[in-house]
Amino acid sequence: MLRYFLARLLTFIPTFIGVTLISWGFIRVLPGDPIIVMAGERGLTEDRYNELVTQFGFDQPKLVQFWNYLTGVLQGDLGQSFVTKRPVWDEFFALFPATLELSIVAIIIAVVLGVTAGVIAAVNRGKFLDRALMTSALVGYSMPIFWWALLLIIVFSGNLGWTPVSGRIGLQYFFDDVTGFMLIDSVLSGQKGAFTSAVRHLILPSLVLATVPLAVIARQTRSAMLEVLSEDYIRTARAKGLHPARVNGLHALRNAMIPVITVIGLSVGTLMAGAILTETIFSWPGIGKWMVDSIFRRDYPVVQGGLLLIAVIVMVVNLTVDVLYGLINPKIRKR
Amino acid sequence: MKLKSTLLTAGLIAALGSVAGAQTLIYCSEGSPEGFDPALYTAGTTFDASSSAIYNRLVQFETGTTNVVPGLATSFDVSEDGLEYTFNLRPGVKWHSNANFTPTRDFNADDVIFTFERQRLADHPYHGVGGGSWEYFDGMDMGNLIASIEKVDDLTVKFVLNQPEAPFVANMAMDFASILSAEYADAMMAAGTPEMINQEPIGTGPFVFVAYQKDAVIRYTANADYWEDGLPKVENLVFAITPDASVRYQKLQAGECHIMPYPNPADIQAMQDDPNINVLEQEGLNVGYLAYNTTIAPFDNPNVRRALNMAIDKAAIIDVVFQGSGQAAVNPIPPTMWSYNTAIADDPYDPEAARAMLEAEGVTDLSMKIWAMPVQRPYNPNARRMAELMQEDFAQIGVNVEIVSYEWGEYLSRSRELDRDGALLLGWTGDNGDPDNFLAVLLGCAGVGNSNRAQWCYQPFEDLIQEAKRTTDVAARTALYEQAQVIFKEQAPWATIAHSVVFMPVRPEVEGYIVHPLGSHIFTGVSLAQ
Repeated sequence: MLRYFLARLLTFIPTFIGVTLISWGFIRVLPGDPIIVMAGERGLTEDRYNELVTQFGFDQPKLVQFWNYLTGVLQGDLGQSFVTKRPVWDEFFALFPATLELSIVAIIIAVVLGVTAGVIAAVNRGKFLDRALMTSALVGYSMPIFWWALLLIIVFSGNLGWTPVSGRIGLQYFFDDVTGFMLIDSVLSGQKGAFTSAVRHLILPSLVLATVPLAVIARQTRSAMLEVLSEDYIRTARAKGLHPARVNGLHALRNAMIPVITVIGLSVGTLMAGAILTETIFSWPGIGKWMVDSIFRRDYPVVQGGLLLIAVIVMVVNLTVDVLYGLINPKIRKR
Repeated sequence: MKLKSTLLTAGLIAALGSVAGAQTLIYCSEGSPEGFDPALYTAGTTFDASSSAIYNRLVQFETGTTNVVPGLATSFDVSEDGLEYTFNLRPGVKWHSNANFTPTRDFNADDVIFTFERQRLADHPYHGVGGGSWEYFDGMDMGNLIASIEKVDDLTVKFVLNQPEAPFVANMAMDFASILSAEYADAMMAAGTPEMINQEPIGTGPFVFVAYQKDAVIRYTANADYWEDGLPKVENLVFAITPDASVRYQKLQAGECHIMPYPNPADIQAMQDDPNINVLEQEGLNVGYLAYNTTIAPFDNPNVRRALNMAIDKAAIIDVVFQGSGQAAVNPIPPTMWSYNTAIADDPYDPEAARAMLEAEGVTDLSMKIWAMPVQRPYNPNARRMAELMQEDFAQIGVNVEIVSYEWGEYLSRSRELDRDGALLLGWTGDNGDPDNFLAVLLGCAGVGNSNRAQWCYQPFEDLIQEAKRTTDVAARTALYEQAQVIFKEQAPWATIAHSVVFMPVRPEVEGYIVHPLGSHIFTGVSLAQ
């Protein structure tokens, strides 16, 4: 198993270098000069423009710029935002816990509901419940996130008043960040009602963010379950007189989970993409909105640093999935 | 330091009380501030969170007007030659304090000198702090304008200019001229954390900065020692950062905030019909325009430009693009600005006459491009739609229009090029209420290849605006600017399209909020009815 883990870890190195180059190059390929964007309608004189070009190091050859960036990254320096003038590292870690908290809750919702729906649909194949669940999954997958979020806000926050419209916690609660996770910090603050407020603020954004992965997981679970349910050993288990719940839950689901776990791993990337819209709509102070704002402002250090960090996180998650995969299926780690 | 910070936070929590209890005004702001040192930035969102709430300037704009009134200076004198401005400073003005800084003295001349010298002098210890990009100061060429800044005594400061500059006083009221504490800056420099003046600001303004949770909330508490009696009126101010306009509307409806800026134009009617929302409005200090490239034929001919202007149905644009919340623009400056020439009549909407005029100039089968901005701005909420309407208008007089658009940075960049092919849609929101800020920036010869998108350098017009810049007498300046507008209308480097109306939805319990024409959101005089 250790050898398998190390082999997977080695693939990290070329991927990391590739991601560093892509994240650095991506924002530079886009049209739009960050200095011109910063100056806006007012514009700026040629002299001032040249001054800023020198200040930001754009006058150096591209290879030198990339080398400076790469050496900085290897020393843990991602540069400073053109806009806020603060280190990218500081900004990322100030915002990342919010995205992580939202993503964790969303993935829990997606896995619990998605796997349950997939199993129910598979067991009831061809029946009304199967069709209803799979149609819902298709709708969930196809729905524009922006529209879905606004609909939920209008119904549950506007009309029914059950949930707050946006934000992470009620404005009456005010405490220092300890972990950056509002659910934990609200408990640590000892302020009455803070935890409940944090939970209520999480409901709609996490549901919205969970929608697409939930649909994908439900559909994947169903098809994996159907495949497994037709296997001989399942027929044998049934013939032995095992309880259907034991057959479906223990024998079938465990084997069906292998492709499902892959999908869950891949969903992390989807979550990051979904977080961009979800965070904007729900005024959720995470890295998704931060990245989008930075792309529009052509804030090179933030975009390249943020992309790199997100890519590393996705790589770590995928590595974890691969390891889990090996744990579940011994055949894989022996290959 | 951490303990101190925690204790301070605990103290501030106690001071803030609960939102429900104390008078807390919640403003659903549209975005996050870039920082809290206004001189480093150019965005209105940053100015709302910094200069309007935390700081003061030597002179300030009276809320709701562009009149310059005393701020940290009680008065000022101008020398006869217009080169020396002497500001008499207000005594007894207290600085805020925070966990890392307790002031030992009141505001004085050293603070004024620090504020400007750090922007002006490349060898100043604070010149490079925060990236050293003093966008407004440099963009307005203040470094070359100011020859020296002298401390006459603790409460008197003299600015010596290299040439007379009538808009200088209005410039001193702008956000970049917000006065920072020299003592705080020295303390932070000594502590090795000079950037703190941008992150944990200390000002003299109506609200004391408490905390900022990035992209989420900014908290302030009232400055108990504020120099303006009886202000501010609320005990706490909270900016709940809410980027999406529809969500801001929902929050306002749900009572989660009291005031929201920048509503969707499509929501305004519903808001006006809602008994729980009052929609305040004010004519914006802005102009949306179509700038021809006056250096390229046939647009180098004023008659061709005027003919095209006569083909534009502005009333339809106001209805469709501004949804009624704007007024047709006649002059390049808005009607609320002093020196606006009311005697000038707009070009009539007359496609027949326009077609005849083009034929008289020998222009037939004209094809042209109209550039449509890819972004929404108060002066143009939907440039693409506006361009489409113009395309239909121009088709009526036999002019074929191709609409082009680029990514915003590319749009700004390409639109500056001298040989740009086509007329472009753009606009401007005033910075300081001075006509020079529109006429010289957007139409002066120095702006060609940059902010003057019509690439129009017309000497009779240039002479007038330069003379107005050197003249300190307001009546004389007014006469010069009125004449400049006459020339503008005759020469028509732009089609002036519209001035938009700014809407500000507020909850009914909000009292005393005044919509500011310069676009700032100011909460000093606002209270909440019980």
